[in-house]
Amino acid sequence: MSVLEIIVFTVVKIVLILTVMLLMVSYLVYFERRVSAWVQNRLGPNRVGWEGVLQPFADVFKLLLKEDIVPVKANQFIHTLAPVIALFVAFATYAVIPIASPLKIFGYEIPLVVADVNIGVLYVLALTSVGVYAITLAGWSSGSKYSLFGGIRSSAQMISYEISMGFSVAGVLLFAESLRPIAIVQSQGSWMWNAWIQPIGFITFVVSAFAETNRLPFDLPEAEPELVGGYHTEYSSMKFAAFFLAEYANMIIAAGMIVTLYLGGYNLPFFNIESLGLANWLTVIIQIGSFFIKMGVLLFFFLWIRWSLPRFRYDQLMSIGWKVMFPLSLINLIWVAVLIMVFNL
Amino acid sequence: MGVKKREKDFTVWERIYIPEIVKGLSLTLKSMFKPKFTMKYPEEKFIPSASYRGRPVLVMENNGEERCVACGLCSRVCPPLAIEVQASETEREKERYPEKFEINMLRCIFCGFCEEVCPEEAIVMSKDYDLAFTNRADAIYGKDKLLVPVNQLYDRIEFLRQYK
Repeated sequence: MSVLEIIVFTVVKIVLILTVMLLMVSYLVYFERRVSAWVQNRLGPNRVGWEGVLQPFADVFKLLLKEDIVPVKANQFIHTLAPVIALFVAFATYAVIPIASPLKIFGYEIPLVVADVNIGVLYVLALTSVGVYAITLAGWSSGSKYSLFGGIRSSAQMISYEISMGFSVAGVLLFAESLRPIAIVQSQGSWMWNAWIQPIGFITFVVSAFAETNRLPFDLPEAEPELVGGYHTEYSSMKFAAFFLAEYANMIIAAGMIVTLYLGGYNLPFFNIESLGLANWLTVIIQIGSFFIKMGVLLFFFLWIRWSLPRFRYDQLMSIGWKVMFPLSLINLIWVAVLIMVFNL
Repeated sequence: MGVKKREKDFTVWERIYIPEIVKGLSLTLKSMFKPKFTMKYPEEKFIPSASYRGRPVLVMENNGEERCVACGLCSRVCPPLAIEVQASETEREKERYPEKFEINMLRCIFCGFCEEVCPEEAIVMSKDYDLAFTNRADAIYGKDKLLVPVNQLYDRIEFLRQYK
């Protein structure tokens, strides 16, 4: 492939992924509201369009029309920069998550991932760490004590949970012997999912993912009863919407990473689709479907957890992070190492 | 001297936490499929019981005349002064009827004093609750809007006879 062709394909993929992501984010917000309503025996938004399917667009339109308020005490530049960082991180992370095996079309073989980098997992970990800056800076630059509390909590929480997350990922990397997401997916095949092989690592990773995305039961940065609105108390209009979208985009990324690292990525469960010898495009479509269904189930799990569990206290959060999650992920790492040594995997 | 076990001490099973989470999740999953309490309001409406105090209406007899004898008690008792009555005489001897009967629905507080004080069961609270106006003039209900046939109001009249 020439350089020009690579650029064209990449741009097309970026545009596609961005569109799909934005749609998924807006409908995730919608489903969050519907699921919360169902859990509480309510109906939820069902007025705009059929069963309220146009609600996300109405929400965004409303936010666009709102006045953008910047507090007098705020640092103007950083106050504006923070939501930009949040959105950038949320959308850029998706570049390395593969959604299907390569598509062969018009004589080209196109990998269905925006950037097939060999340090993909590191890239995700690095970018999600940058995401902390968005929240911390937002809290700090707002010039409000409640925002600051939210920002500080967020940084403390993310630093603690990144460690257990990193160690859980290390177990996956030992198996796959690669940092490339595609290689990790292929190493799991259709049945040897990392979730079966290292269940402890799976649980610690999922819990850390909850903490990293600031979802309940770990949503201390925006604990409404204590901190008004947390780090985005002083934000309004589209800046607030940016944080809101980033939070949900982070959920989608967390779900995508869990699927890629632990649930066999785009492979069908217990069944090797490539052994059927179907046409390439059919295989790809089935794989995309399986990837998004897995992700959908996980996202529903995220929402389900949110409306079932109460928020942790701050000291409980820290003690779970350091005294439970961290040792558990270490145990998982040792378990994986022993497995590899014994079975020469 | 035994140490008293605190009520909030968890058992080992509870301290593992995961089984308890599963318990909580199954509870919320069950409630997801329960019937919903919310009504789709404009399409399906709540039908109140006889004890409900909706907007006050005048009882219209089957011959098309109002029961009201324009004594003005409701107007006197009305706490926010929402009712205005002007009496006039009928052809029949010693009988009066309200020439003008107006209730300002912006003022009405739905206390039901008017129906309580009425000696003729002529003004009762209906089951009407969706009241909306676009201007102040619309909010003043005259006799045209207030008169309701008596057969629609038996529910409330029965209730009043039993409990008033």
